[in-house]
Amino acid sequence: MYLRSAYEIRDKYLRKDMLPTIFCPGCGIGSALQYTLRAIDDLKLNPDEIVWVSGIGCSSRVPGFVNFDGLHTTHGRALAFATGIKLANPNLKIIAFMGDGDAAAIGGNHFIHAIRRNLDVTVILINNFTYGMTGGQVAPTALKGLRGTTAPYGQFENPFDIADLAVSAGANYVARWSVFNYLQGINSIKKALQKEGFTLVEFLSPCPISFGRRNRMKTAPELLRWYQKITVPLAKAKKMPPEELEGKIVIGEFVDRDRPGLVREYEAYKKRAKKMMGWEE
Amino acid sequence: MRYPFPVGKSDFIQGDEAIARAAILAGCRFYAGYPITPASEIFEAMALYMPLVDGVSIQMEDELASMAAIIGASWAGAKAMTATSGPGFSLMMENLGYAIMTETPVVVVDVQRGGPSTGQPTLAAQGDIMQAIWGTHGDHSLIVLSPSTVQEAFDFTIRAFNLAEKYRTPVVLLTDAEIAHMRERVYIPNPGEIEIIDRKLPANEEEAKYPFGDIHGDGVPPMPIFGKGYRTYVTGLTHDERGRPRTVDAEVHEKLIKRIIGKIENNRRDIISYHTYELDDAEIAIISTGIVSRSAVRAVKILRDRGVKAGLLKLNTIWPFDFDMIEELAERVKKIYVPEMNLGQLYHLVKEGANGKAEVELIAKIGGEVHTPMEIVERVVG
Ligand SMILES: Cc1ncc(C[n+]2csc(CCOP(=O)(O)OP(=O)(O)O)c2C)c(N)n1
Ligand code: SF4
Repeated sequence: MYLRSAYEIRDKYLRKDMLPTIFCPGCGIGSALQYTLRAIDDLKLNPDEIVWVSGIGCSSRVPGFVNFDGLHTTHGRALAFATGIKLANPNLKIIAFMGDGDAAAIGGNHFIHAIRRNLDVTVILINNFTYGMTGGQVAPTALKGLRGTTAPYGQFENPFDIADLAVSAGANYVARWSVFNYLQGINSIKKALQKEGFTLVEFLSPCPISFGRRNRMKTAPELLRWYQKITVPLAKAKKMPPEELEGKIVIGEFVDRDRPGLVREYEAYKKRAKKMMGWEE
Repeated sequence: MRYPFPVGKSDFIQGDEAIARAAILAGCRFYAGYPITPASEIFEAMALYMPLVDGVSIQMEDELASMAAIIGASWAGAKAMTATSGPGFSLMMENLGYAIMTETPVVVVDVQRGGPSTGQPTLAAQGDIMQAIWGTHGDHSLIVLSPSTVQEAFDFTIRAFNLAEKYRTPVVLLTDAEIAHMRERVYIPNPGEIEIIDRKLPANEEEAKYPFGDIHGDGVPPMPIFGKGYRTYVTGLTHDERGRPRTVDAEVHEKLIKRIIGKIENNRRDIISYHTYELDDAEIAIISTGIVSRSAVRAVKILRDRGVKAGLLKLNTIWPFDFDMIEELAERVKKIYVPEMNLGQLYHLVKEGANGKAEVELIAKIGGEVHTPMEIVERVVG
């Protein structure tokens, strides 16, 4: 892979009149965005055929900064909007950028059903364990004990493992990295963008402002060290006893399969309908 | 183009079926929905027809998703529709507001049943009038149409698509369980007999730069649909003419919202439609909409036979509302009666329109049955 300079990527794909971004210093969303653009660039995809879709949250502001068609929708519903776009014009490639709260809390139902249908979409999911935009409430991904403004004494509920959930619901490709695993991250996005059906790349992403501050990790480097501590590569995790995995997050590529995507299924369904009605042989 | 139902002749069909056929003739090629009585037959008909005409029919996980999907489909260039009933309509409200804010042409059918809550699933009501007009949050406007026969359900569905495309706005077709399930003779025209309006597309790159501006001076910007290389950003946040978020700028917000409301208000003459019956010399006016109008027509006949100069104003469009016309009517008549299947929603609008120029009396009925003509007559003659 040829790595262009960040300036080249910025000049080629960002909307200059929208800059600066809304992201805080040390935020990881910019990195995930850069990886996505690098993947698009490396694959030489045609930007005119890509639509970015998002819900509401810091991460969901990304489509506004990139020079592509973009639909910034309502909180949690990006994948439902994406279903309409993709089925109405299957030639479009869809990238959904979303937060963990957006995807797994308010949008949880849309998320699992989009996966069940195998909607042709690449989801870039920013998991910062918190609601960044609204100022640091706990997200359904927050590990037990982590603090947020709505759980000031530490989260008491069990977290969702989004990647796990996506694998069980039937996604074609699921990977999770921290934003500091940039090569793996870019490679995963490239893979995801080339596959049909539902593909998900989840990024553990530092939110020093809304999340870190409340959990004694005020800066991105502190969060980086914490990620190093809590993440375990998949190969290693397979050999670890469950007790040791408690409170850890497994990173890696969880699934890579080729079930037919929704568009292909619907095309076949249309054929079947016409045949059953005697309209076609 | 081959149609999966007979065209150019009459058929004896239910209201829900009529809506589905009209949608297809109007060019609808994307339907997303979630089953609910008494709207399910619209979905079932769409499920049968859509794959045959190379359209999409998909059962979403809920109504929030259905509304979202049709908006997405519209930005991808398709004419799109969903249909539901009261509780599902409530779930659509957030995204209905999104469609208004992003000026997305879509058609939403609400087949009213008795509420609140799950209420009376199989029985008719007119309890969603206020929800249709004001259900979503914030300052806004949209178009609400209300049929009273199966033929009108058909005709108004085509009109709903045309108005949605013409004004780049969501249009609500507000019908009810009675019309949904009753069978009547409906003329299904040949495609060539129907006027079809399609959305304005940008004529060039320059026009496409202002997807939320007013470059033609008519308040309706051309819609740069996705995939044409225009690189349009669409957001539900307050945005400028180019679509850039401008959330704390009072001026930008006011300009945007006033244009969105203005494009409906300034075209009231085109959008508002009504029928009158024996109204010219009337001293007593009955104002109604939807299914109740049918009893009202009969009531007027009976009243005339009894020497009472009664007349009917049947509203086909209930938003935008013609307050001025109601005031002019109020100046001419002694009294206005408003029979409706709720405890007074249309009544409030009529009263505001009458502006004290005539007494306005509500004839409310709830529980699932349409007023009988005599129920109206008796209230008028006392
Ligand atoms: C229906 C609705 N409920 C609540 C909100 C308020 N809200 C905006 S963003 C957000 C959460 C954002 O968190 P997440 O999705 O994790 O994204 P992040 O900001 O962390 O990237 C919430 C609750 C909203 N906009 N809409
Ligand atoms: S609040 Fe957190 S997620 Fe949002 S921009 Fe700031 S650092 Fe990033």
